[in-house]
Amino acid sequence: MIDVIRSEWIKMRSVRSTVWTLVGTVVLMLGFAALAGASNRSMAEGPVPGDAAVGGSLSGGLIAALTMAALGVLMISSEYRTEAIRVSLMAVPRRLTLLSAKIIVFTAVSLVVCLVASAGAIAVGLAIMQPPSVEAADVARSALGSALYLTACGLFGLGLGTLIRHTAGAIVSAIALMLVLPPLTTQLPGAWGATVSDYFTTNAGQLIVSNHANQSLGPWSGFAVYLAWVAVAMLAGAVLMRRRDA
Amino acid sequence: MAIMLGPMTAIRTTDLTKHYGKTTAVAGLSFDVEPGQVTGFLGPNGAGKSTTMRMILGLDHPSGGSALVDGTPYQELRHPLRKVGALLDAKAVHGGRSARNHLLAIAASNGIPAVRVEEVLEIVGLAAVARRRVGGFSLGMAQRLGIAAALLGDPEILIFDEPVNGLDPDGILWIRTLMRDLAAEGRTVFVSSHLMSEMAQTADHLIVIGKGRMIADTSVREFIGRSSQSYVRVRSPRLAEVAELVKVGELHADHLRVTGVSPLEIGTMTARAGLPLEELTYVKPSLEAAYMELTKDSLEYTS
Repeated sequence: MIDVIRSEWIKMRSVRSTVWTLVGTVVLMLGFAALAGASNRSMAEGPVPGDAAVGGSLSGGLIAALTMAALGVLMISSEYRTEAIRVSLMAVPRRLTLLSAKIIVFTAVSLVVCLVASAGAIAVGLAIMQPPSVEAADVARSALGSALYLTACGLFGLGLGTLIRHTAGAIVSAIALMLVLPPLTTQLPGAWGATVSDYFTTNAGQLIVSNHANQSLGPWSGFAVYLAWVAVAMLAGAVLMRRRDA
Repeated sequence: MAIMLGPMTAIRTTDLTKHYGKTTAVAGLSFDVEPGQVTGFLGPNGAGKSTTMRMILGLDHPSGGSALVDGTPYQELRHPLRKVGALLDAKAVHGGRSARNHLLAIAASNGIPAVRVEEVLEIVGLAAVARRRVGGFSLGMAQRLGIAAALLGDPEILIFDEPVNGLDPDGILWIRTLMRDLAAEGRTVFVSSHLMSEMAQTADHLIVIGKGRMIADTSVREFIGRSSQSYVRVRSPRLAEVAELVKVGELHADHLRVTGVSPLEIGTMTARAGLPLEELTYVKPSLEAAYMELTKDSLEYTS
């Protein structure tokens, strides 16, 4: 397994698209923090409160979630597109071992990069908004929450990529499930509709970033629900990967 | 079960079958591939060669039957690349990666040390371009890279799918020599082609398939001996009478096919009998023609 993880790590770092997507994610996070900081500061009457400043600093997460999802998709769909997946599977015929190695490498890389990006974004945001006081624990928790959320988004992409195998199809599905459908679910009628909306993908997942609760879920339980969505995509992908011809 | 197994053959398929929906790509193929020789896997395009190779390599799941490598299903090999090296499609690489990184990633997965990457780059003559991105490689270079990947684990068994397709004469000669050398070292070389002429120059043994079915499993020498038999083609407005006269001919719709009798003898006989001849031709079929004859019923697409 260590061998396969090393192999996946070499694959990941040796293509430019990975590097650019990760750099793009960091730039997005920092850029949005600066923008949000500037606009919050000019709109606010008086000083920006600490928790609002931290939250505003992470507003790039909405788009960064998609770049990480795209990276997750590409981690496997690029191999299907070029049929290099056959070369990979000849080297590692146990398909779930190959998929597990991809998951491990992606998770490790994503956690590190997204933690740096999130902490950096908070630093930029706070420097611009200059709130009177900030809880250090609040900052740490938000940075960690953002890194976890963005990594989960990437794994969602990896799961969808494994399931769908086509880059464009998987990315469109990711956008639909993570960005388009979640706000639409709030239009569902009745108490039942509200519950569905609370549990729906990023509606639940984002709670860990904002540290808020919705009517059904708290930050951590929301994140757990989001991970369940990711797991369903990943498991479906894994089952099909085993069963299908490569 | 009390089945006696002989010594392990390198590759053994038993009743190997693959259906895609209602189409049957491979229909009950059983054959052995032995070490120390080049075994040509021959058949027209669409005969099921690639599908068979993918099943041997554990990429496609057989609908029936089995394929074993050294007595084991491919999926159960721990470090498969140290046992089997294969080149299916040279262009199946991520174009954004350098040749060296491509090989390093493959080597790492099977615990093959990085120095071996430099060795195989040297063997295939790509050392000078090892840092270049493979997307810019010509087909010939990509083919060499694919062969480098196949050689990484110093495997006993090598599988190549149409390795000379699209190569220039230099490249073809290089691959041919490489395959001969690998077999001479005692390795198993299993190589597919749709060109008989190519296989006649490289292979020791032939497995010929068409429409997913076995047509011939024979040594090249035997195949050549059997199929390069010459004959005399005779045409005449009074063909039936000529046939009766010559006796040993095989009568076709518009001609008579005679083996073992020279054109002079036939000509002399018919002249004496006063039978007019339209054609009297000594035919020595090429290997290619023999192969076409053998596979003509199994062509997927006939022009």
